[in-house]
Amino acid sequence: MDGLKRGSTAIVGAAESDLGQVADEMSPMDLCAQGISRALADCGLAMKDVDGLFCAMTQQRMSIISLIEYLGIQPKFIGSSMTGGSSFEFHVAQAAAAIEAGLCSVAVIAYGSTQRSVGRKQASQREVNPYETPFKPFLPTSAYALAASRHMHQYGTTRENLAEVAVAARKWAQLNPVAWEKKPLTVADVLKARMISHPFTVRDCCLVTDGGGAIVMTSAARAKSLKKPPAYVLGCGHGVTHMNISSMPDLTITGAKQSGEVAYKMAKLSAKDCDMVQLYDAFTINTILFLEDLGFCKKGEGGAFVSNGNIAPGGGLPVNTNGGGLSYCHPGMYGLFILIEGVRQLRGECGERQVRKHDVAMVHGNGGVLSAQASVILGGGATV
Amino acid sequence: MPNATTSPLATYISHLEKGELAYQFSPEANRAVFFPRVLCPFTGSDKLEWRISTGRGTVYATTVVYPAEGAPFNVALVDCDEGFRLMSRVEEIAPEQVTIGMRVKFRVHRPGGEEAPIPVFTPEAA
Repeated sequence: MDGLKRGSTAIVGAAESDLGQVADEMSPMDLCAQGISRALADCGLAMKDVDGLFCAMTQQRMSIISLIEYLGIQPKFIGSSMTGGSSFEFHVAQAAAAIEAGLCSVAVIAYGSTQRSVGRKQASQREVNPYETPFKPFLPTSAYALAASRHMHQYGTTRENLAEVAVAARKWAQLNPVAWEKKPLTVADVLKARMISHPFTVRDCCLVTDGGGAIVMTSAARAKSLKKPPAYVLGCGHGVTHMNISSMPDLTITGAKQSGEVAYKMAKLSAKDCDMVQLYDAFTINTILFLEDLGFCKKGEGGAFVSNGNIAPGGGLPVNTNGGGLSYCHPGMYGLFILIEGVRQLRGECGERQVRKHDVAMVHGNGGVLSAQASVILGGGATV
Repeated sequence: MPNATTSPLATYISHLEKGELAYQFSPEANRAVFFPRVLCPFTGSDKLEWRISTGRGTVYATTVVYPAEGAPFNVALVDCDEGFRLMSRVEEIAPEQVTIGMRVKFRVHRPGGEEAPIPVFTPEAA
């Protein structure tokens, strides 16, 4: 992102709200506020320090106003870009710009959803599209399934390759105390599970849970005086290619190619410099597509790359070390949780699932149906 | 840009009612535009012509949806020979037999009632 300065801002606080199945009648705003309270405690800042506020939610039409009302604060700068699950990666770039420009000094980015408690249909209303809705695609799943069909056709990717992604996510989740699904899972289990939209069974699809969280950002100068080691924002980039899957130019190439290139350029790094990848795995094909488009393997080789435990604990590249949207949690718009995990891994706070080398994390958010891609490269103290 | 007397969608549906698959063509971009709109997404120009497709195309991507109740059905993306892509389904064969690269031809499906006609496809060989 030309204009943003590498490492000039940092994520200094990060926390989840309650996750999974939260207490009865908890609201999305309650979860936001829990996340904010915990993230501020994480860095030693207080609500009175917050002068920048960002959020995007599916259950609240004007979520940023609701959040301001709830918190009782008057932030100097607010943002509420809504790009689905990647909203929070967009917010990081916007918050960095606002902090650099002196428009705010401490920015909070928050999310909350009770989609498990209230039901997916209630939490996220589908828009009617006269060119798609009459054909009854099961969205978003069928859109990603169409992309998978194309990848399988063009590159020989198999259902077993897809299943390997789910199995690796489950193995990471087994190391994460707060992950939702921890039962052992094999490739055969994934293949024989209930078919949803070919080639996806229910085990190729993300969870439906409640949850929320928040991150706190400030300038690099101020970050150094806070409680925990800063996760510097080294690079940001985005790429938006379409809204509806029938308008996606090439179903095998996502906007992650562009978002990654822009983020790498700003960070002066490449895929080989990244010690881990935290990416938005709404469906198993996502992981394959994004690893290719972000340069971790060649286009078409993602199926082989994720196989034989290569992205599982002990593999060649740690991917989605929290267990991902497939096994850890997925409350509607998951993009905030990959930022939280990236920060924790850089700090070395991850216990059993801690990655050995943890200087640089590629965090990649996805929104819509492979529609809005945003990459954030985070680095520890050694990178600035 | 003058005020619109009819919407892009209404024009599209009126062609379907006549049994035609209509799409737009942008002379400045020299390429087809779909879904129908008031501006060309390649040039920003408002010069868009309506054209009628031959209704021949190739399956670009395909899935089978397994609903909680009822029979599985096909959802496909079809590349029409004029260079535009649309979501549709391939009928008259089992949904899992629809394959990428399959040549298909258009026909109108009329759901009846309040619902507008929609373009569906059948295998060209059939």
